[in-house]
Order: sequence, then C-alpha cells, then structure tokens
Amino acid sequence: MPLDAESQDLFAYTVALADDALVHGQRLAEWVSRAPTLEEELAIANVALDHIGRARMFYARALEISHDGRSEDDLAYGRGADEFANLAIFELPRGDFAVAVARQFLTDAFNVPFLAALTTSRDAGLAAIGAKALKESTYHLRRSRDWVLRLGDGTDESRRRMQGAIDALWGHCAELFEPFAAEQRLIARGVAVDRGALERPWREAIDATLAEATLRVPTTQPAPYRGRLGRHTVHLAPLLADMQALQRTYPGQQW
Amino acid sequence: MPLYEVFIRSKRGLDHRHVGSLHAEDAQQALEYARDVYTRRGEGVSIWVVRSSDIVASQESDSASFYDPQDDKPYRHATFYRVPDDVNL
Repeated sequence: MPLDAESQDLFAYTVALADDALVHGQRLAEWVSRAPTLEEELAIANVALDHIGRARMFYARALEISHDGRSEDDLAYGRGADEFANLAIFELPRGDFAVAVARQFLTDAFNVPFLAALTTSRDAGLAAIGAKALKESTYHLRRSRDWVLRLGDGTDESRRRMQGAIDALWGHCAELFEPFAAEQRLIARGVAVDRGALERPWREAIDATLAEATLRVPTTQPAPYRGRLGRHTVHLAPLLADMQALQRTYPGQQW
Repeated sequence: MPLYEVFIRSKRGLDHRHVGSLHAEDAQQALEYARDVYTRRGEGVSIWVVRSSDIVASQESDSASFYDPQDDKPYRHATFYRVPDDVNL
C-alpha cells in the first residue's frame, strides 16, 4: 500500500536524520587505531557508537512508518551516495585531529538544541529518540568544546591547526540550518524541528567558544553542496564503499 | 602527560574502588577519560581521579618493619572471643 503524503515526508525526514548519524559515526570510527592516545581513541569510539546507535533508532522509526519490508541494514548498506540525505559536513574526509574536533564541536553545538527541540515533536517516536540522544550529545559537546579550547589556546602549532579546521568546515555549517521541502511541511505540523530558528543561538555559542579559544570566526561563504537533496561532495561515495563492502559482497550476511 | 589513578563507586557499592589508571593533560580531562574508559558498561555512578604522583605509597623495603611485627601478636585478633549463638556473622 503506498504511503500517504505525510508519511512519505516523515519517512524522508527520519531517514535523513539517520543518515547524518550513520555517516558521522562511520567517519569517527575511522579514528580507531589512529587516535593520538589510547584514552582518546576509546573516547572517540564511544562517540562513534553513540552516533551509530542513534542512526539505528532513526532507521527503525523510519521503517515503522514505511512498513515496506526493508530492514535497517537495507537502508544503511543498500543505498548509493545519491540516495543518502546526510548533510555534507559529516561526509568530509577524516582530516587531522583538529578537523575531528572542529566537526564534532560545530555539529554538537547544533545537535544539543536540535535534539532538545525534537523532544517536543508531535511524533512520539522521534521525541523519544531526541530525549535519549540529547544526553549523549550534551556529553559530546562538553568534550569537543574542551578540545577546541585546549587546541585553540594551546601551542602555535595546535592553534594553527585548530583555526585551519574551523576555516575548512565553516562553509558547510550553513546547511545545518536549511530545511528541505518535506521538512518544511513537517515543521508546520509540529513534527520536525525548525532548524532555521537554531542558527542565531548556535552562532552565539560558537562565537563565545572561539573567542575563549583565541580563534577567529571565519568569513567563508556557504559551500554549494545540499546533502538533503542528494547533492554530495566526492567524499561520500568512497566512505560508503568502505562501509558497505561486506553487505555488497555478501548480501544479507549477518553476524 | 601525567598519570591519574581512577576510582569508581558502582551502583550498589558504598566505597570507591581503584579500577586502573590513565594518562590525561589535567584533572578535568582525566575525569572525562575515566568516564569513557572505565564506565562504558554502566559500571559506576561516581568517579574520583587522583594524580598518581600525589599518592604516597608504602615501600616494599619497609615491609619487614611495617608488617612483620604484627605476625606474632595474635591477641590483637578477635579470635579468642566466643561468639554467642544468636550472633550471625
């Protein structure tokens, strides 16, 4: 039975949130065996698993809506780059440790108010995921903000790298606040979060932390990618190839 | 990076127990790393971290003077008292 228009919107919205979490989790997982210290590696792996767990909750909710016989694995491993709806900032290459910190900080500072708002969604499933994920992101932000201060207000080298990472990602932050069509309809129904309204408080929080870290706020223009519409950077396809290799070689394989 | 000793109080525990050590830049980071390294499976509800260098430890070479004198003072143990039947240990 085909889905009604509202369910289609809700499905697309929920899958997009899952894609954000999955792609971010996959990029973070690349730090395993590469982090500067063992302690930091375990900490990053924890954050990666939080995001992958979040992706699973969103995919599961999406499949409750679509009820189309697909599984979480089908959504995670069976779609190509043009079918993924994650924001581009999550797919950008791993980079150095400063890039990992910058990506985490810029998006944690967005996720905390976003998830807090999601807890009031009229979709009970999304509201419940928001409540669980909010606690995780609150901790992630504490960690990532701490690292921005340490590296920004650290040595000449750490400061140079931290500034470089913020500069490189800045243009991709505009996308955090741009709703797509289905999302706009869901905002009107009290289901989706109005991300546009989060930009000003986000920017104030970022400005305050960068100032404390003795870093400049970049003036980069917004990047042209629109992940929600499937317009990705060249970096998503190799990430998916890596992540999906096993399921593509042995479809339906289970642990 | 300095070494920190980590103590965790479990959900039902009364005391903090030593669980291990880790390297961190400062106490705040040590606390966060302790959370990530030692409480991943819900082991604890309270964490202490202490700079390892701040712990004053007894030395192996002192053990003869520290502990051996106790070995021949059995009267310090409560084993000579008869335990009444209604006291359950």
